[in-house]
Amino acid sequence: MSTVLEVSNLTKHFPVRRGLLRRQVGAVQAVSDVSFSVKAGETLAIVGESGCGKSTTGRALLRLLEPSAGSVKLDGEEITALPPSRLRAARRQMQMVFQDPFGSLNPRMTVREILVEPMVLHGIASGERAEARVSELLRTVGLAPYHAERYPHEFSGGQRQRICIARALATRPRLIVCDEPVSALDVSVQAQIVNLLQDLQREFGLTYVFISHDLAVVRHIANRVAVMYLGRIVEEAETSALFADPRHPYTRALIAAAPRPAPGAVTGREAVRGDAPSALNPPSGCAFHPRCPLATERCRTERPELRAVSGSNVACHHAEQAEPLPLPSAASAPSELLNRRLEVLARARAASAA
Amino acid sequence: MSETATQAPPATAAATDDVLLDVRDLKVHFDTEAGTFRAVDGVSFSVKRGKTLGIVGESGCGKSVTSSGIMRLVPMPPGRFAGGEVMFDGRDLLKLSEKEMRGMRGGRIGMIFQEPMTALNPVYRIGDQIIESLRVHSGLGRAAARRRAIELLDLVRLPSPEKRVDDFPHQLSGGQRQRVMIALALANDPELLIADEPTTALDVTIQAQILELMRDLSARTGAAIVLITHDLGVVAETCDDVVVMYAGRVVERAPVAALFAAPQHPYTIGLMAAVPRLDIQSDRLETIPGSVPPPYAKIDGCRFASRCPVATDQCRAELPPLRELAPGHSVACWRAPLEDVA
Ligand SMILES: Nc1ncnc2c1ncn2[C@@H]1O[C@H](COP(=O)(O)OP(=O)(O)OP(=O)(O)O)[C@@H](O)[C@H]1O
Ligand SMILES: Nc1ncnc2c1ncn2[C@@H]1O[C@H](COP(=O)(O)OP(=O)(O)OP(=O)(O)O)[C@@H](O)[C@H]1O
Ligand code: SF4
Ligand code: SF4
Ligand SMILES: [Mg+2]
Ligand SMILES: [Mg+2]
Repeated sequence: MSTVLEVSNLTKHFPVRRGLLRRQVGAVQAVSDVSFSVKAGETLAIVGESGCGKSTTGRALLRLLEPSAGSVKLDGEEITALPPSRLRAARRQMQMVFQDPFGSLNPRMTVREILVEPMVLHGIASGERAEARVSELLRTVGLAPYHAERYPHEFSGGQRQRICIARALATRPRLIVCDEPVSALDVSVQAQIVNLLQDLQREFGLTYVFISHDLAVVRHIANRVAVMYLGRIVEEAETSALFADPRHPYTRALIAAAPRPAPGAVTGREAVRGDAPSALNPPSGCAFHPRCPLATERCRTERPELRAVSGSNVACHHAEQAEPLPLPSAASAPSELLNRRLEVLARARAASAA
Repeated sequence: MSETATQAPPATAAATDDVLLDVRDLKVHFDTEAGTFRAVDGVSFSVKRGKTLGIVGESGCGKSVTSSGIMRLVPMPPGRFAGGEVMFDGRDLLKLSEKEMRGMRGGRIGMIFQEPMTALNPVYRIGDQIIESLRVHSGLGRAAARRRAIELLDLVRLPSPEKRVDDFPHQLSGGQRQRVMIALALANDPELLIADEPTTALDVTIQAQILELMRDLSARTGAAIVLITHDLGVVAETCDDVVVMYAGRVVERAPVAALFAAPQHPYTIGLMAAVPRLDIQSDRLETIPGSVPPPYAKIDGCRFASRCPVATDQCRAELPPLRELAPGHSVACWRAPLEDVA
């Protein structure tokens, strides 16, 4: 399959200025040296701690932020060097669902206007065809045509998130960067949207970069997963390999700490303790060393490069040492009574369909 | 479950049995050109000091309107209180003057909003926003307030708080903004904390630390917490009781263990089954087929009937009242418990 997105050494540092003269006194090293590629029709998930650089990576990919260094190629075309006119054309092919739906929707536009705007801008549809497509898009994301006349503030958080997804779909892009697209949704609407994203992917060969902190959703939707820590990718692997045998101590801690939806379930939430590191002043050597149970002297001085270890690419000096990690299991199994009642509902549903 | 949540209540304020917040038959309607939208239509629940009540329900079912209704922050018009009372420590918040209400917000009642940018002002430094609140509600001096602000930012795990205290909101990541807002809500040790999706933007480790912070508040000061979340893992871990809402109404109410062990309402049952699981890989995620009725539709019966496989004529004609099936466990469904359905 062809590679749609190829990212090499992407870096974004934000200057920190202080004082009246706004002198630069440091930099927030939000993203450093990030490289990955995504094939057509595939999903790469990016996971990692809050503040580790996921959204910055997503924005830099689409040049909504100018990268400090590195290269981003969409279908072989270098995005970081495009002049504004060509960038606009390229944007039709790459869209973003933003993490903050409220901030990314113009409060003075109706939903119809929000959805029609990109279609007109990119010459995809206008007039009646655009109208018809608005209704279709709304239905696609589980809203209704009557929602078209309303303004963003009239919607709930999850409904707004779905408007953002509809807007991203409006230009029929090749690549969508989804930044926490389902984190504002209840599990059943979340499931609808995830199923929808997968259907669209099968139908149109869409490629996704899927930023999420929900590992269960990531495991379900992603072909590959990149784990970021303090601006860098620390592990990257095929989804099944990553969950079956995570090699980086941080990945292992993340998986161990995943919440189990059952009262009394024991979670390994103690896993990553210690203070979150600061992107203003990253620790020396391996940035994870102050919190890592396996850290040695070498970790404090020498930064580990990504290297292949049993099916993963891992940036850890001691990746071979980690013990196999049992996957969370039975603790989250539904109760017997729940299963019995589900059966009653399923039987009734089947009977009425027949 | 965490230690704090399973322990017998200690002999502090947290152990007293008094109800701090009692929401009675709250109705918040929106008057729009298309008609009246009953976004919240007769919601009742109560929370005791030291306890945490979870509210779950489908996106758009009225959870945020309920919480901003309690805080009297629903835009009016088009919104309107169509009935009900919000008793807080014996007084009806709906009857307070706007000035009294302003004193409550950020003082005795803290609120974490679903979208951080609704609470944070983009043109002020985050530290200044917290300092302002500390000065107004706790009467701290400027220097003390700044020290406390940095301490609060550290508590919510913002790295380099002494530097980032001078950042503007746009310089923070989504999860960092959410944590700043949490710091703001906790600043004055509120007696009641209303948290609307406080951890959606947070990874599991930071989420765990934030939940611990909330539990700590409740254990230390006996604060009551209303926690709105769609994360059933968070509910399981944090809440004492849970209210399930559907289309503007409470359809089920139960102690947390009972809700997970024996969910009664067909909506709750579907919700539980839709939780994606880390230990099972399936081709498609489980959903609840169908969608909520359009907001202006006049519905006499059960609002879930159009999606409910076991709906009867009675369901479509008559609104099911909440009835108690087990101690503390009520459900608004004519046919529960379902295993008795032939
Ligand atoms: N200002 C408004 N004008 C008209 N309708 C509104 C307004 N604010 C909210 N609504 C409607 O009220 C309903 C309830 O919204 P609310 O925000 O309470 O949902 P929610 O349960 O919090 O959902 P979510 O989980 O998606 O945040 C929604 O259908 C929404 O469209
Ligand atoms: N405009 C900016 N100026 C300065 N620092 C910034 C700016 N935008 C982001 N940062 C910083 O860059 C780092 C990475 O932020 P980013 O938004 O990419 O995190 P994230 O991984 O998406 O986190 P979250 O899960 O909380 O959304 C953070 O430390 C953040 O504070
Ligand atoms: S390199 Fe060292 S500190 Fe870093 S993750 Fe590996 S063992 Fe831990
Ligand atoms: S009252 Fe009837 S329609 Fe409503 S949930 Fe119960 S069985 Fe279904
Ligand atoms: Mg982000
Ligand atoms: Mg809400």
